Amino acid sequence: MLAFIRRTWLLWPAIGLLLVFFLVPSLDLIQASVMNPDFTLEHFERIADRKVYLAVFWRTLQVSLIVAFLAALVGYPIAYFINLQPRKTQFLLIFLIFIPLWMSVLIRSYAWMIVLGRDGIINTALLGLGLTEEPVRLLFTSGAVYFAMLQILLPVQIVTAYSAMTEIDMDLMRAARVLGARPWQALRRVFIPLSLDGTITGAIIVFMLSMGFFITPALVGGRQDMMLANLIEFQVERLNWSFASALAILLLLGTVLTVIVIRRLGNLITRRIA
Amino acid sequence: MSGAAVSFRGVSKRYGPVDALADFDLEVKPGEFMTFLGPSGSGKTTALNVLAGFTHATAGEVMIDGRSVGGLPPEQRNVGMVFQSYSLFPHMNVFENVAFPLRLRGVAKAEVARRVGESLDMVRLADLGGRMPKELSGGQRQRVAFARAVVFEPPVLLMDEPLGALDLKLRQAMQLEIKRYHAQLGCTIVFVTHDQGEALALSDRIAVMGEGRIAQVDTPDRIYDYPKSRYVAEFIGKTNILTLEPGNAGAVRIVELGCDVPAQGALAEARMISVRPEKIERAAGRREGLIDFTARIDEVLFLGDLVHYSAVLPGGGALLFQEHRGPGATVLARGDTIELGFLLSDALPVSGREAAATAVGA
Repeated sequence: MLAFIRRTWLLWPAIGLLLVFFLVPSLDLIQASVMNPDFTLEHFERIADRKVYLAVFWRTLQVSLIVAFLAALVGYPIAYFINLQPRKTQFLLIFLIFIPLWMSVLIRSYAWMIVLGRDGIINTALLGLGLTEEPVRLLFTSGAVYFAMLQILLPVQIVTAYSAMTEIDMDLMRAARVLGARPWQALRRVFIPLSLDGTITGAIIVFMLSMGFFITPALVGGRQDMMLANLIEFQVERLNWSFASALAILLLLGTVLTVIVIRRLGNLITRRIA
Repeated sequence: MSGAAVSFRGVSKRYGPVDALADFDLEVKPGEFMTFLGPSGSGKTTALNVLAGFTHATAGEVMIDGRSVGGLPPEQRNVGMVFQSYSLFPHMNVFENVAFPLRLRGVAKAEVARRVGESLDMVRLADLGGRMPKELSGGQRQRVAFARAVVFEPPVLLMDEPLGALDLKLRQAMQLEIKRYHAQLGCTIVFVTHDQGEALALSDRIAVMGEGRIAQVDTPDRIYDYPKSRYVAEFIGKTNILTLEPGNAGAVRIVELGCDVPAQGALAEARMISVRPEKIERAAGRREGLIDFTARIDEVLFLGDLVHYSAVLPGGGALLFQEHRGPGATVLARGDTIELGFLLSDALPVSGREAAATAVGA
């Protein structure tokens, strides 16, 4: 027993923290979703009955998947480029990538409103150049939501993919070359398979963060761009704690299941590509 | 498969103000086992990288089988290479690792299976094709790396400190394996190492390198017995460097021993001589022509069949010598005073300028 304590005591603060601030509230959440005040499934029945909730759920899933996919697609070459630079340049670039992460999502979303608005930079430029007579509607569109979320979450993707790439022994690329691989063959058969795992991890993090987004869609999107987190917030404001909990459970389950599917798919692709 | 000739003609590689490789000239014969031996920074790895195509020479020409390869990327040079860290692809199993160069060359499936099987047979890993690299021991990884490097029968095989990561026992076993592979394959091998024992044991010829230049190229026994410079003498094996100065008429004085010897031949010109520890013996027998002197035993390193001694000379200098324990031989103790000697014919004049490579072309 004493030996066990000595071996594990460093973990206890973390376990305690998770217990108090994560596990207990989660159980609370589950309990709240099925109590009114006695046990009932009425909240879940309401979700199933009223089409709007599931529709918003599917849209949330769709937006998050697309944002995660785009982040992986755009972030991968950027991470690759950074990984090719000399050590010092790498640190500088990663530092630059990190800067936006230190600003609140709220501020970054506001910034997008200024860029995309009727009197924003883009419309001013378009009007000034005479490319358009009327200001183009950019703000409060689905496109704005995708764009803003992608920009906000991209650093997470880049940093995750980059750190996976730094783990790859570049001698492997030299080995591939001298054994007969052209540069792109070495990339495809050695580098990409080895960096795919980290890239998918980055995409999964982006996906999970996206699933919980609500400030950005609320600020730059239209009514049609409402996400599940916006609905939860709406219910919380009206003190419908139980129903908000039920929606939160839906969000949680959807996220966890999708992450499992992405992981499986990722492993399959990694194995196929190698 | 047979080996191809490799030539370096005046190859230089400059990094900023630093000459990593300077005016490197070397002809490697087909099928020869050539070792680049030197400490880190001596240019041996640069020479290998230029040959493999990982870096381009600032000047000069590299040729394989009589054709200049300077403009060719690594994948078109058709050379095999074994890396120090093995560089097995961690996401492929042993079979796929060895099959990699064949697949890139578009070899048919059945042929791939046959040749991978042969290569794995040669390195005695036929049963492990399905294992992943991380499931193998260091020696097994080394052998997979070797199989992968030769499976496409390259006429030239490069090995970059391939045994550096193995422990001593395994390293010695692998040396024998590599000799066996070389005999079996007949390809030209260019081997890079900083381990002089490895170089002596494996090579047909050794190029001792220092500061980006070749200090001496020769067969292992000649490199050991006739080093041209102090640098080579000290890098290969252990040796004693003794200083010479003009002595009485017709003689030179060995400073550390305080004795005069006849200034014959090369000795008259030389400023230093190298005497190997095993050439020094106890002078009790008064053998004819022995240069003898008194020394005090300072350290004794007892190895069983062999004893290494460090002795202090009357002038204060240190001298290494060693003895095989022949019949009736005693072991000296620290503090013993003893008469030692060596034959003048075992004292080799070496060039005096300490720096590497100055003996080139001398």
